[in-house]
Amino acid sequence: MSEMLLMKGNEAMAEAAIRAGSEGYFAYPITPQSEVAEYMAREAPKHGTVFLQAESELAAINMLYGAAGAGFKVWTSSSSPGISLMQEGISYIAGAMLPCVIVNVNRGGPGLGTIQPSQGDYFQTVKGGGHGDYRLITLAPSTVQEIADYMSLAFDLAWKYRNPAMILMDGALGQMMEKVQFKPYTDPGRDFSWSTRGKKEDRESNFITSLFIKPEEMEQVNLQLQRTYREIEKNEVRYETYEIDDADLVFVAYGLSARIASKVMHILRNKGLKVGLVKPVTLWPYPYKILHDLADRVKGFFVMELNAGQMVEDVRLGVNGKKEVGFYGRMGGMIYSPEEVAEKVEAFARKIGM
Amino acid sequence: MGITVSLENMDKIYERPKTLKDQVMHYCPGCGHGVAHRLVMEIVAELGIQEKTIGIAPVGCSVFAYYYMDIDMQEAAHGRACAVATGVKRMMPDHYVFTYQGDGDLAAIGTNETIHACNRGENITIVFVNNAVYGMTGGQMAPTTLIGQITTTCPSGREQVANGYPIRMSELVAQLPGTTYVERVAVNTPARVRKAKKALTKAFKSQELKKGTSFIEIVSNCPSNWKMTPVESNKWLDENMLPYYPLGLYKDEISGE
Amino acid sequence: MAKVKGAVVINTENCKGCGLCIYACPTDTLGFSKEINSKGFNYSEMVQDECIACVSCALVCPDAVITVYRMKKDKAV
Ligand SMILES: Cc1ncc(C[n+]2csc(CCOP(=O)(O)OP(=O)(O)O)c2C)c(N)n1
Ligand code: SF4
Ligand code: SF4
Ligand code: SF4
Ligand SMILES: [Mg+2]
Repeated sequence: MSEMLLMKGNEAMAEAAIRAGSEGYFAYPITPQSEVAEYMAREAPKHGTVFLQAESELAAINMLYGAAGAGFKVWTSSSSPGISLMQEGISYIAGAMLPCVIVNVNRGGPGLGTIQPSQGDYFQTVKGGGHGDYRLITLAPSTVQEIADYMSLAFDLAWKYRNPAMILMDGALGQMMEKVQFKPYTDPGRDFSWSTRGKKEDRESNFITSLFIKPEEMEQVNLQLQRTYREIEKNEVRYETYEIDDADLVFVAYGLSARIASKVMHILRNKGLKVGLVKPVTLWPYPYKILHDLADRVKGFFVMELNAGQMVEDVRLGVNGKKEVGFYGRMGGMIYSPEEVAEKVEAFARKIGM
Repeated sequence: MGITVSLENMDKIYERPKTLKDQVMHYCPGCGHGVAHRLVMEIVAELGIQEKTIGIAPVGCSVFAYYYMDIDMQEAAHGRACAVATGVKRMMPDHYVFTYQGDGDLAAIGTNETIHACNRGENITIVFVNNAVYGMTGGQMAPTTLIGQITTTCPSGREQVANGYPIRMSELVAQLPGTTYVERVAVNTPARVRKAKKALTKAFKSQELKKGTSFIEIVSNCPSNWKMTPVESNKWLDENMLPYYPLGLYKDEISGE
Repeated sequence: MAKVKGAVVINTENCKGCGLCIYACPTDTLGFSKEINSKGFNYSEMVQDECIACVSCALVCPDAVITVYRMKKDKAV
């Protein structure tokens, strides 16, 4: 095992990308993740990795399109307003089936919003964002260690399925200093025979496109995408569970909220309320099944998010009306305290007769 | 019936380049895009760089360039060709990378990407086909539409007060230190086609010097949306486009090499 | 100086009948066909044996359907 280091989330992300063999990074500065670009500017040249500060996120995502289209392992990072600007490019990347990694260090919105942490971009990430029927493989770390681990996982999944992958985290995780250990990485091998590296005599020219004028063809492309999505849903659902075995009430939370949820659990268990936690690791594909299964034996679910209630809709889909689903959220960069949430949960527990 | 002439004792002195796929291009009869495509592919064939050339197609009438050009290509979002080309070139600095873009693509929605690629001096060639109109979407006003020119979105002619001035991109990018070679050409007469080819050849070869962006503006026609015959459109181009968009060299920092 | 003798072969099936070659030809060698091709275009064809192999027609042809030939030097009349 490699040594234990103390690092900021944003820097661990960049370091993990370098260690995962990323060949290029294109981005435009935005708080709260500008350290990523700064880290890459400093470290990328030492590893033969391309670093380029683009003139906008629009340019950055299209540089990523070009570089991924040429078959390189590339990524970008930004925060909410920048990710909004990238949506056009993300849709094209999905349509052209290009593998790459995009990190969103979510801040509060809408609009220019605030630089404080938020989970307000859940819908944008997992329900579309750009135009057309596409999906982003979405990973949600809640510790600096997970940021590092999910970075290489995101690259591997993106390349395995030729689909863009997103890491959705928030500003607090980016700024957080924690212990991290970079696991040794081996590239599982990548097929880029489809990419544009120059037409060789023994093959037809390759082209990268998302344009299929004939509806018959466009439908086939969509069906191909949907087949890929079903494969991903079958193989890649990831989540973690904490103390659910004896739980009467189950929290569902991801990222920063999952950290706070475990503190709330502690408070409530001390008061005799048996609560557990399901922490989705992949926000798409979403771990509906575990929620569906738990619904048969727990009394209720409680979702906490730093938004007005977005993932809670997926929890309700999973629970499918079998049990009550409570919700508590804060917005605009405000973060709930564990005590504050505990109070809401207690009220909810009383309401459902626990 | 036309006449038939024996080809006995004759040498073939000109034929369609092999780098152009055996496909009928979808362009309207007489459209300059066809000539521009052919020239780029002739150069790729003559320089022997088919294996090392990556083209970036725009959104515009030439969106399907990859069906015609027998090289690896990428289709960029509307206006983003220069950013896509940057991504490709940065990863493969020894490849020849070019964008092929219309005026709406390059000088309206993609102006930012264009200017910044030129300003960074990306070692790419930008082939800019200026036909003063949005061809693909059916003849709306372009950033390069002339004052007084009628289009579907300026039906009584472009007026400066409402729509601003037609933008001269060659003059503009020549100002940027990142560009190394900028020339405006046309393809509406045989002599100009020869000149255009020379300019394009020089532009592609300049990538080897890694000294900056080469930019070739091709003043072209759009007979369909100008509502003229191809021959008329080429005359109109001479009389109306060229006075505002003078042909010639705007910057050359490579000839001295 | 002896006049250069040439000829062109046009892929008439792929010709779009734009007429740019006809307009560009300095010797009036080319003209529109009476017949139409399968796409409905009156294509361009040689109408007289005056070609001087100047390539002008091929240079302006947007569809790259013209091949130009020139009499070998020693055979020139
Ligand atoms: C984001 C976006 N906006 C608008 C369009 C519609 N659109 C397609 S091509 C085009 C203009 C093309 O004109 P130009 O770049 O001059 O190319 P031409 O067809 O004249 O060669 C427009 C507005 C689009 N495809 N994408
Ligand atoms: S619409 Fe205009 S630019 Fe487009 S193919 Fe037709 S003539 Fe050419
Ligand atoms: S080669 Fe010259 S002379 Fe011959 S047909 Fe073409 S334009 Fe006319
Ligand atoms: S220029 Fe080409 S397409 Fe046009 S009429 Fe002549 S041969 Fe046909
Ligand atoms: Mg145009």
